[in-house]
Amino acid sequence: MNKDKSYSSSGLKIFLWVALVLLVNGSALAKSSLNMTQGVTEFSKIAYDLHMIVLWICVVIGVLVFSAMIYSMFAHRKSKGVTAAQFSHSTTAEIIWTIIPIVILIVIAFPSTTALIKMEAPTDNDGKAITMDMTVKVTGYQWKWKYDYLDEGISFLSSLKSDSNIARQIGSGINPATVENYLLDVDNPLVIPVDTNIRILLTANDVIHSWWVPEFGWKRDAIPGFVNEAWTNVKKVGTYRGQCAELCGKDHGFMPVVVNVVSKEDYANWVKLQKGEQKVAAVKNNAQWSKADLISKGKEVYNSQCAACHQTTGKGMPPAFPALDGSAVVNGSIDEQIKTIVFGRKGTAMTAFGGILSESDIAAAITYTRNAWGNTAKDVVQPKDVKKIKNS
Amino acid sequence: MSHAETHSHDHDHDHKPKGFVKRWLMTTNHKDIGTLYLIFSLAMFILGGALAMIIRLELFQPGLQFVQPDFFNQLTTMHALIMVFGAVMPAFVGFANWMIPIMIGAPDMALPRMNNWSFWILPFAFTMLASTFFMDGGAPAAGWTLYPPLVLQGGQNLAFVVFAIHMLGISSIMGAINVVATIMNMRAPNMGYLKMPLFVWTWLITAFLLIAVMPVFAGAVTMLLTDHYFGTSFFNAAGGGDPVLFQHIFWFFGHPEVYIMILPSFGIISEIIPTFARKPLFGYVSMVYATAGIAFLSFIVWAHHMFSVGMPLGGELFFMYATFLISIPTGVKVFNWVSTMWKGAMTFETPMLFAIAFIILFTIGGFSGLMLAIAPADFQYHDTYFVVAHFHYVLVSGAVFAIIGGVYYWIPKWTGNMYSERLGKIHFWWSTISVNVLFFPQHFLGLAGMPRRIPDYSVQFADWNMWSSIGGFAFGLAQVFFCVIVWRTIKGKGTTKATDRVWEGAKGLEWFIPSPAPHHTFQDGAPVNDKHLAHVSSH
Repeated sequence: MNKDKSYSSSGLKIFLWVALVLLVNGSALAKSSLNMTQGVTEFSKIAYDLHMIVLWICVVIGVLVFSAMIYSMFAHRKSKGVTAAQFSHSTTAEIIWTIIPIVILIVIAFPSTTALIKMEAPTDNDGKAITMDMTVKVTGYQWKWKYDYLDEGISFLSSLKSDSNIARQIGSGINPATVENYLLDVDNPLVIPVDTNIRILLTANDVIHSWWVPEFGWKRDAIPGFVNEAWTNVKKVGTYRGQCAELCGKDHGFMPVVVNVVSKEDYANWVKLQKGEQKVAAVKNNAQWSKADLISKGKEVYNSQCAACHQTTGKGMPPAFPALDGSAVVNGSIDEQIKTIVFGRKGTAMTAFGGILSESDIAAAITYTRNAWGNTAKDVVQPKDVKKIKNS
Repeated sequence: MSHAETHSHDHDHDHKPKGFVKRWLMTTNHKDIGTLYLIFSLAMFILGGALAMIIRLELFQPGLQFVQPDFFNQLTTMHALIMVFGAVMPAFVGFANWMIPIMIGAPDMALPRMNNWSFWILPFAFTMLASTFFMDGGAPAAGWTLYPPLVLQGGQNLAFVVFAIHMLGISSIMGAINVVATIMNMRAPNMGYLKMPLFVWTWLITAFLLIAVMPVFAGAVTMLLTDHYFGTSFFNAAGGGDPVLFQHIFWFFGHPEVYIMILPSFGIISEIIPTFARKPLFGYVSMVYATAGIAFLSFIVWAHHMFSVGMPLGGELFFMYATFLISIPTGVKVFNWVSTMWKGAMTFETPMLFAIAFIILFTIGGFSGLMLAIAPADFQYHDTYFVVAHFHYVLVSGAVFAIIGGVYYWIPKWTGNMYSERLGKIHFWWSTISVNVLFFPQHFLGLAGMPRRIPDYSVQFADWNMWSSIGGFAFGLAQVFFCVIVWRTIKGKGTTKATDRVWEGAKGLEWFIPSPAPHHTFQDGAPVNDKHLAHVSSH
């Protein structure tokens, strides 16, 4: 008798537990932050709708199957004195529960297929392929993004904002909750106009990355040697945040994607401003710099581009990321160091920065490292030195 | 032959080798090798679990507190490799060794010396794999999927990882060949294929999957090796190679691999449910066909792991539809288990509790699997915690629960001692509640946009990560408790002697030999009486 009682209480617990799981599931849907975002593009809405349709189909099937199980666990237990039936198959039942899932799958397949066609082969209402208004090339680097506006000739790097980067170090003593948009903010966000068909080309320079903004409704891998294509048309002005979604090494968790979607007028103004800045950069690349200017600019470049691996202390993280403090390269020939920075080191995580940073930034960073910490070179590298090696 | 005769007969031959080396190192006995596999698997489960505890500790709150990001990546990579190849797969080989010969009335495995070698490769392979933690540059940190070019940045560990994988592959293939040879050649007279227990069937099909895909994996990692050390460019775009090629090859192995980890679970559950429902398994033949169907489909769905890589529309549609199809045979299995319970006379001992939890939680994992198959939605789900939740539901509350249920089910036969039902039930409720606290919130995290494989996260993900970590610590502790239960059962502490039949509703040859099973069984052929068997085509 005692034994029977414990069995019935365990059955009750199963029931309560399943009920709790379903309840948590149900209440979770009420708050949007626990569910998939509906986003700000057609695709994000499609993904959300499909997600909800299939979720509810699963919930209904789950409730039916689990209810049958739970009923059976209460009704068909030995402690109730039942004797076990001995049937072992029923062709009718087996046909029914093969056919019904097939029908459900066909029902799900229709909207999924339409959605995929819309994403991969977009057409307008007349069935003609839609045209793209502009193209942005996204290149993944360890651990930052580079954005090239192919039509405008604008190009810049986008990496984790320094306040997050400082706070995320072990023992920083900074509470992440006090940092605005912790790990989801960058120095230079991608800026795109609203209501515009934008082709996005994706590639990578070192390892595979994946560019993802949940509000846009998709992620797409950025793969070295490949150019992937995707597109978007954002319906709402705002700032949208995402992250790299493909494991890309040590700082995979620290390369956010931030996109500022602005009105078409604001975008035009922004483009003008950027072009002006590029002219300034060109002047800087041709200028002769003072040592003090190189070192102060170099420190800034070093901390944003180099310190993730080589550390602000220059001690690196050997053996993967060697120390620059006391390094033979940094204290050796200038040309060798420029080559290392410009062309990278094959087979290591050392990126070729020649195509990423301006000549003045590279010259400044090299000058800084040759004068920083215990390094003894103490000499100066000018942008023209870098240009000479780059073009050699 | 009557039961009593079998009993006395077996005792005449029950001379175990003396001494540790002869008994364990040089053993060719399927039961001893099965025991070795199971103990090894438990040790790896604890080791892999310890790594998971560090992961959950770091993810307990936002900010980095305990480990550097690179070491975090080493932890996730090694956790997966150890759990997949060290815990789950060897556990099933352990069950296969112990139970298949007994279930089909064979005196041993077909190739006993190779059986010894299959096992003893494993400790060396894992020692080599684990030794990478102590090398310059540390353990592999590119995820268990080992995608190039990232994995090629790894430094010294790569050669060790590749060689360890080769050894694991050799071990798995030899184990699989042994299972196939045993089932095909060593069945007792009158043990037709369609009288075999479902566990034997699922393992036969799993063995073919292993033989088919382990060489593919070996090929993929060998190409990594030559790319890294011998200047080839299989996966190096700059040299004319193709980094995506690796992903195709890996998942051509990887998807059948995940079924290798679940099909034997289906077999175990199909043994446990009829026993405690005291009713024959519903739809035995359709269970066999469903298993074969799932195995076949596992070869044509691999690129559903790669929707976001960028594929032609036709490719995306094909892999989406093919993946949908898997839910049909899987659904058949779930419906058949529920129908087996229906109108039975159930009792709820620990193995049955784990089997029921398996059906419910595996089905939840199946539902999220169906959701992930929808390519346009997968563009959102992919590489988020939603995927982490999905595969842990099918692998932990799926495969691992089936393994634990199987241990409770057969441990009285292995040791001759009945485990403590009270402790078993505590272990069940503790595990089932904590596993859900651990993995259910990860669905929310993924949907809210948290990528997988990150050591630190934005503060909006803090609450559910904390819940998940609390569940993780509780689940980890529950498995330490499981080790205590197993230890006490082996040592006979607080236990009762098991009867030969053990469970009132049990059918199959293993329940007609003594408990503990004698060192040698069925040496002069097994007396297969249809009355003893669970599945006799009487319909």
